Amino acid sequence: MFQLKGGLYPLTALQLLGSNLALFEEQLALKIQQAPKFFHHAPVVIELQKLNPADISINFKELVAILSRKKLIPVGIRGGHPTQQAAATEAGLAILTEGGKELSKSQTQPEKSAEQTVQATTNPDTSNEADIKGTPTKIITEPVRSGQQVYARGGDLIVLAPVSHGSELLADGHIHIYGPLRGRALAGVTGDSTARIFCQSLEAELISIAGEYKISEDIDQSFWRLGVEISIEAGRLHIRPL
Amino acid sequence: MVKSESKIIVVTSGKGGVGKTTTSAAIGAELANRGHKTVVVDFDIGLRNLDLIMGCERRVIFDFVNVIQSDANLSQALIKDKRNENLFILPASQTRDKDALTAEGVERVLADLRKEFAFIICDSPAGIERGALLALRYADEAIIVTNPEVSSVRDSDRIIGVLNSRTQRAEQNLEIKKHLLLTRYAQGRVQRGEMLSVEDVQEILAIPLLGIIPESTAVLNASNSGVPVTLGPVSDAKRAYQQAVAVLLGEESQSRQKGWKSKILEGLKLFTRSPA
Repeated sequence: MFQLKGGLYPLTALQLLGSNLALFEEQLALKIQQAPKFFHHAPVVIELQKLNPADISINFKELVAILSRKKLIPVGIRGGHPTQQAAATEAGLAILTEGGKELSKSQTQPEKSAEQTVQATTNPDTSNEADIKGTPTKIITEPVRSGQQVYARGGDLIVLAPVSHGSELLADGHIHIYGPLRGRALAGVTGDSTARIFCQSLEAELISIAGEYKISEDIDQSFWRLGVEISIEAGRLHIRPL
Repeated sequence: MVKSESKIIVVTSGKGGVGKTTTSAAIGAELANRGHKTVVVDFDIGLRNLDLIMGCERRVIFDFVNVIQSDANLSQALIKDKRNENLFILPASQTRDKDALTAEGVERVLADLRKEFAFIICDSPAGIERGALLALRYADEAIIVTNPEVSSVRDSDRIIGVLNSRTQRAEQNLEIKKHLLLTRYAQGRVQRGEMLSVEDVQEILAIPLLGIIPESTAVLNASNSGVPVTLGPVSDAKRAYQQAVAVLLGEESQSRQKGWKSKILEGLKLFTRSPA
């Protein structure tokens, strides 16, 4: 039902220089103000190498809370004393080796999409088509029924049939639906914000690209039942009639 | 030994109360009327109803679970209908639950039934749990019973997905033939926009239409008196079930002909005008 694969991903490193977390939060807020988009939901690694050896006790739980408040996603720590590493593990952080080898793929993704990928690989009802390997683009010709989940790993998903209420399409790349979209469609689930969704009739329960999402209620009614293209523009979901 | 024409047909819906048991009884009885040796199997272990609908509740001695557990043999548990010698029922156990069904047991009993019967109708319980999954697991064809309302349509859509992934035929990459049977259809309410139309339902489910059974007092009477609709007096529902069986047997390939559906709907309109 799933595959484990290694991967190397660019991450922002946050070098901690002191253990005063109040001061840290203040300075972080200033930094984020300068480039809010760069930091928004960015996965970060906390580096402890530059820390004064005297600052042994770091409250990692508080540190994680601060980062979360600032919409950053703490992934793990690098370096540090064994006591610090134990405290970091306690706070749910991974301990990364110097080469970053312990970093698993899902941890580099924004939390939301990580959650969705896990769902995609554990659902027992996934249709047979979902198991075809070796083709980056997955083509589905049968209707996708309520309760079914189809995931195009590492590529695009093309559906040549209706997508029912209560079904879910996921793709690392684009999603094309040559029929009505009545279920959920999540493109760019591993974080590709250039991914797009195309459908012939927008009647979706949820649409999402790279974690940005809209539920049915929030979709502008003027696009309802139209053929549309959905993309991310200026960080937000943008719907355009085809 | 297996009869080449022997067919296992599951009557299923996902949702409860849409008319699965009524349909199993009516279609089973009509197949028997046409001379096909037919057995209707009640998979609703613990909530036995089929025997009531078919009017043989006082003749149940052994049941499906007894046969699965080899406490009785098949011929002891099968009940022969008093009105039609081609019609049999295999009742469910009322004192057990669905865990008493095992995949191996169900497969073995169905294989034995295949040697005797041309048609094996599996009356599925509601839901998508063990009982329902085992009822559809070994089916060759499926009748999806749907009411013209959104929750029933969605549940039917779900069960079609399950049929496409969890049946033995699906696992062998064989097609499982699916038929849509719309029940409790009230033309007047459709016209007033209170119910989904045939077109609405077909648009979502995208499977061939077997028939449309009108909302009818004949169905209620049939259930209460223990006479399957197709063994009872002439009624709109009886005629609709007979028509559905004709399509099921391929005698009428009218499902592809234009006008077949509108003819049924015309008929329904006539009935809605005449006082019941």
